[in-house]
Formats: sequence, structure tokens, C-alpha cells
Amino acid sequence: MSALLEEDGERLLAGLRAVLAAKGLISEAEIAARRAATDTAAPAQGARMIARAWTDPEYRALLLRDGTAAAEIMGIPMLGAPPLGVAENTPEVHNLIVCTLCSCYPRAVLGYPPFWYKSAAYRARAVRDPRGLLAEWGTEIPAQVRIRVVDSTADYRWMVLPMRPVGTDGWSAAELAAIVRDSDMIGVTVPGAASRP
Amino acid sequence: MSGLCPGQRVRVRDDWPELRGPAHIRTPHYVRGRQGRIVRYLGSFPNPEDLAFARPAPQRALYHVAFDEPALWPEGRGGDEVLVELYEHWLEPL
Amino acid sequence: METERKRAHHDLGGAPRFMCEPVDKAPHALTGFDRDVDALRQLLGRKGIMTVDELRRGIEAIPEAQYHALSYYRRWVRSIADNLLRKGIVTEAELRAAMRR
Repeated sequence: MSALLEEDGERLLAGLRAVLAAKGLISEAEIAARRAATDTAAPAQGARMIARAWTDPEYRALLLRDGTAAAEIMGIPMLGAPPLGVAENTPEVHNLIVCTLCSCYPRAVLGYPPFWYKSAAYRARAVRDPRGLLAEWGTEIPAQVRIRVVDSTADYRWMVLPMRPVGTDGWSAAELAAIVRDSDMIGVTVPGAASRP
Repeated sequence: MSGLCPGQRVRVRDDWPELRGPAHIRTPHYVRGRQGRIVRYLGSFPNPEDLAFARPAPQRALYHVAFDEPALWPEGRGGDEVLVELYEHWLEPL
Repeated sequence: METERKRAHHDLGGAPRFMCEPVDKAPHALTGFDRDVDALRQLLGRKGIMTVDELRRGIEAIPEAQYHALSYYRRWVRSIADNLLRKGIVTEAELRAAMRR
């Protein structure tokens, strides 16, 4: 293994970029464009999908059957992205997403994963003590509800379809989307009507 | 040839290729040798164990497999479960 | 537990070392470095130069102490360099020269 791998990451990145550009493989303009495109993905995209699923039964069915198609219908670019799996919360089951092996996350829909999702503590505890982990967010799932931890070990990227909170009857799609956070779509929290801005 | 159906009980092979040489394995340690049940077939994908080394990667069937928490950990809580995406060649029908 | 003895260090599910560690829930803003590494990785994938599987393998090959000491995206850069060198897409001499500037 090359001693170069021990070099400071910033210097290594600068060197790699220079060589790749000189070889005509990857240009600075391409890096800037890809970075800008990636920055546009954000949890609000996923929140819009959830809000629509709460009000449109056909869309809900599509979301659960083919998450990628459901994202594309909302204008979220999914070309080349891994298949999107959607785990449905019910009165009987609460889903929690993790990637114990690395940090697989539904990035195309939700944007960059939060720091905590990538942490060793999260990756270790989610599959072995999900209820203790959820307590870190003040989330308590009733004892009679099954917790289903979804470890993203292969080609799919997973997100949670939370249950629509009580007290949201008659809300607009925008109002519903505004109470759905990334933490809700990973399953460490549940959305509530009280979160209405 | 595998054709595992929803509900089928399976055992994950208790194999440790990474102890024999460089390997890239997407079967978490905590399910190896454990028993679970097929939830559903997720599609077929090129084997990441080969992709990781830029080798030709054959298509492998991928399954969602459920494991009861008590089957995985001494202190595992009954009623809760873990779903893991596992490739066919790691699964033995019971 | 039997599997703990054989567990690779990146294979963190249930790892005793981290079971009692609180989760840092604070938002950590991504730096320009982080975003550029992320973009570079995506481009390498889109252009068929390096797959995400190769990225993961390279990260898993980082020795344990450094794996935990390096930030998330510094692990990525190290893996990208490892893979591009291994595949001869970039040579040590080229990279060394580029880093000298």
C-alpha cells in the first residue's frame, strides 16, 4: 500500500484533481457542476413525497411499490441512482433505517446524510438497541409496536413513510410537507402536528 | 439455483471469506450462522463482492431477510426485528 | 459473542466498543472539501472509472485506528487514491508531482 495514502486528505484531493484534469478524465468544471447539482437534493424533496402519499392513495401505493418512479414523478432526478425502497410505518410496525457497513442513505431524494447517521455509535446501536437509540431523540415507540430495523446492506436505499399525524385533517400538501423532517424519514423521530411552523 | 419464497426460513452461511484474504462482503457479521425468514425478493444485481475488485460480476438474486432480535443478540428484545438485504449465495433454505 | 471475534472493523452492527456511546446529534456542516470529494466520487462512478463497491472496499482496507480517526470524507479520499493507484489510472509519480505544487 502506497505511503501516499497517509498524506493529508486535502493535499491528496488537490493532487488527484490535478492529475485527473491533466489527463482529461475529470475537469474542475465537472466537479463544480456535480457539486452544485448534489447540493439541490434536500430533505424537503422527500417531505413532498411523504405529504403526497398522505393525501393521494394511488401515489402512496406507487411509492411503496416503486420508490424510484414515485420520486421521478415529483421531478427528483433518479437516473443512475440506486433503487429507492420505502418502508411503511403502521400502527403495528415502526421502521428505522441504518447502514451498519458504511452509510448508505437515500441521497438522491434526501440529500447528504446527517453526521449522526454516519457515526459509529448510530451504526452500532441501531440494529442491537433501537429503542435505546431512539430515546436519544426523545422518541418512544409503544411496547406493543414492532420496531423493524432496516440495514441497508446492498443495492437499495431506504426511507421511511411515516404515519400521518393526527390533527392534520384538511392541511394542504405544503403544510404537511413542512412537518416532515429527515429524522422522520429515517425513523429516529415521528412527525407531529405540533411541529407545524 | 435458488428460488426462495416469502416466509421461507433460511440460515445465513457461517462463512468468513475476509479471514482468508482480501474480500468485500455485504453480509453483516451479526447475521452469519443465524436463522431468519425471507420477506421478499428484491431483484438481481451484479455481485458486489466482485465489483469491489473490478472483476466480472455475475448477477445474484437479492432478498430481504428478517431476523428476530433475540435470534441475533443475547439481550435482543422479542417482538423487534432486523431486515437485511442478503444475496442468494449466502442463504441456505431450512 | 462468537461473531465479535471475527468481525471486520467496519462491520459495526452491535459492536460492543460503540454500544454505550451517545450519538452526536449536532448538525455538522459539510465543508467545501467534503462536497468536492463527494462530487468527485460521483463523477468517477458516472464515468465508469471507479464503482461505489470499489470505494467501499478501499475504505474497509483502511487500518482500524485510522478508519476511526479519519473524518468521513477523508476516508473517501484515501480510498479513491488507493483505487486509482491500484488500477493504474494515476501513478505514484504523477500524484506525488501534482502534490508537490
